[in-house]
Amino acid sequence: MFEYAPAPESRDIVDIRPSYGLFINGEWVEPQGEGRHKTVNPATEEVLAEVAWAGEADVDRAVQAAAKAFPVWSAMPGAERAKYLFRIARIIQERARELAVLETLDNGKPIRESRDVDLPLVAAHFFYYAGWADKLAYAGFGPDPRPLGVAGQVIPWNFPLLMLAWKIAPALACGNTVVLKPAETTPLTALAFADICRQADLPAGVVNIVTGAGETGAALVNHPGVDKVAFTGSTEVGRLIAGSLAGTRKKLTLELGGKAANIVFEDAPLDQAVEGIVNGIFFNQGHVCCAGSRLLVQESIAADLLEALKRRLGTLRLGDPLDKNTDIGAINSAEQLARIRELSEAGEAEGAERWSPACPIPERGYWFPPTVFTGVAQSHRIAREEIFGPVLSVLTFRTPAEAVEKANNTPYGLSAGVWTEKGSRMLWMASRLRAGVVWSNTFNRFDPASPFGGYKESGYGREGGRHGLEAYLAV
Amino acid sequence: MTTPLAEVASSPSTLRAFLHGLPGVDRVGADARAAMLGTRSIKTTAKKQAIDMAIGMVDLTTLEGADTPGKVRAMCAKAVRPDPADASVPPVAAVCVYPDLVATAVEALAGSGVKVASVATSFPSGRSSLEVKVAETSLAVAAGAAEIDMVIDRGAFLAGDYLKVYEEIVATKEACADAHLKVILETGELATYDNVRRASWLAMIAGADFIKTSTGKVSPAATLPVTLVMLEAVRDFLAATGRKVGVKPAGGIRTTKDAIKYLVLVNETAGPDWLDPDWFRLGASSLLNDLLMQRQKMATGRYAGPDYFTLD
Repeated sequence: MFEYAPAPESRDIVDIRPSYGLFINGEWVEPQGEGRHKTVNPATEEVLAEVAWAGEADVDRAVQAAAKAFPVWSAMPGAERAKYLFRIARIIQERARELAVLETLDNGKPIRESRDVDLPLVAAHFFYYAGWADKLAYAGFGPDPRPLGVAGQVIPWNFPLLMLAWKIAPALACGNTVVLKPAETTPLTALAFADICRQADLPAGVVNIVTGAGETGAALVNHPGVDKVAFTGSTEVGRLIAGSLAGTRKKLTLELGGKAANIVFEDAPLDQAVEGIVNGIFFNQGHVCCAGSRLLVQESIAADLLEALKRRLGTLRLGDPLDKNTDIGAINSAEQLARIRELSEAGEAEGAERWSPACPIPERGYWFPPTVFTGVAQSHRIAREEIFGPVLSVLTFRTPAEAVEKANNTPYGLSAGVWTEKGSRMLWMASRLRAGVVWSNTFNRFDPASPFGGYKESGYGREGGRHGLEAYLAV
Repeated sequence: MTTPLAEVASSPSTLRAFLHGLPGVDRVGADARAAMLGTRSIKTTAKKQAIDMAIGMVDLTTLEGADTPGKVRAMCAKAVRPDPADASVPPVAAVCVYPDLVATAVEALAGSGVKVASVATSFPSGRSSLEVKVAETSLAVAAGAAEIDMVIDRGAFLAGDYLKVYEEIVATKEACADAHLKVILETGELATYDNVRRASWLAMIAGADFIKTSTGKVSPAATLPVTLVMLEAVRDFLAATGRKVGVKPAGGIRTTKDAIKYLVLVNETAGPDWLDPDWFRLGASSLLNDLLMQRQKMATGRYAGPDYFTLD
């Protein structure tokens, strides 16, 4: 046997303060209320730091700071704004190792992913939108597109720093100022980003970061001084926001849940399809809104594919997220773990067959083994509801038309994957799938130049690429 | 002689249908998987284990026009005792030479347990008649080679004449008698991963004991993704037929870091059962000294200069 010795990334590189205030108008300030919240390492349940819970008064202060900064920031020539964004991108690259470790500590994702996926994409997003800042006249939104004002942005816990980048980079490039609320369980990289703003000498008030839970987010999106709301998170909360913003002048983009189909045809490149299935649902513990949580496999190869998939899952390494050889990290919170368990139990109760590889689970922390359900029917809850965990539901189909029908038969429409060596079939499928992204012989690949967003209950608006500018311009 | 699946080679069309019926390989996905496995961090005890494992899998090779009996004897001495200062270093798996130097190597390695492998079949191009290739194989076997590294006829393969390639392998296998047959696909000339997968299956069906990436004379030689595709092939061939075939990447593997990446690839693709010199080899020459240097560094905490390791 060839056992890999532990290869933990050192956490000495991060300097976590015992307690954090709010980042408003370029300064760290204490919240007006007494509210505080502890953020924990989900792999060990160790408390990492205490963060402030911003109340309405704090949110108001942040929005006013952003409003005050807006005239200066928006009037600045695009090339000057670009300099700040390029500087931020470079600082992120320089501090990538530290930020990756911090992300892994606070979120539970494997260091391999925060190091090789999250951080490179975060820097790439800032570089990409820095490039747009002085070229907005050529983006296709008129000769002199104007920014909107103050953007209130609420982001989720699954890719804390990456979602921050998706929100802040285009907002600033277009000349808006920002109040951002990170998720309550993963505030630390956003707070580190506040330091990066200071390091980059970003003018005070252009970026403000307020921590807190749902009430803080509600106070932000409902604040009358906010001109634009961008939310990434659950469909349930997205619906509430859409309701409360209806009839206001605020512009809204929502990036919500998903129940993506990963469709494997009998002429697929099988070994790569197996990797794509693994990457589709077990990447980031399945905490991915565009995760390939429904495997639709052509019945003629279902048995072979499942055997290959199970063999591959046997090699996944679950454990210490800081270990450089870990493939599957911790579930982000006890609450999320409970939801994954509840839906998995429902899957069993409804008659699907549950399978997990033999895999020891650490005693402390929040963990869930990679899980595959076979014999799943379209009517089962695990085929309908977003689980947001490492749980794959396997369904079969007989013809391309049936694959399209089943793939589209969901209230969501964020992403889909198609695996076939036949180019004409690939195009036929892609034109019929109602999903914002269709991956061709791959899955969960992201690029700042590529727009991302959903159909139906997966939300509206696009982030990334030239399309992502539209959400932050008065067009 | 019957080998599993030999019936698919009963005609050019059945052989072609079989090989073209194998699942395709997506290049982007295969490259990504190999690159990801290349990020595995093998440290401390695992690294120690990997270095010794790799040393024991080396086919120490010299395949130059300038090879002489003296050069081969020097290399054989190194093969048996890679580090004169440290008897705990295991010997390598085999030495690999041209047919006319097999007798010299056999004599030098007598009783050592290190095997003698010989290239044959008009290595490296394979551009000769079947009679010549078989005669060359017999010559090497008669001189005492325990392993034959043959090359396939890439021209015939690329022309779609799979049966010709098959028949040459079968004939060479017959000429090998008890010697193990390694079939060199020369993946750098086959170019596509689909071809690599087809050539792997073709060689295995024809009776190969090992499939080997490259001659070392063509660039690119061994790469991680090509080796990944070949490891998938031997894994699937075992599942389909019950016969286990070995894999040998050769050429361009120069550092311990590279060698360890290959071991990780084996471990997580074909599985730990293949991590044995009977089933996995590394065709290399300069790699051995880097392995020795890293091994000594693990033991002493310091790097010795290159002059502390023998050049043969």
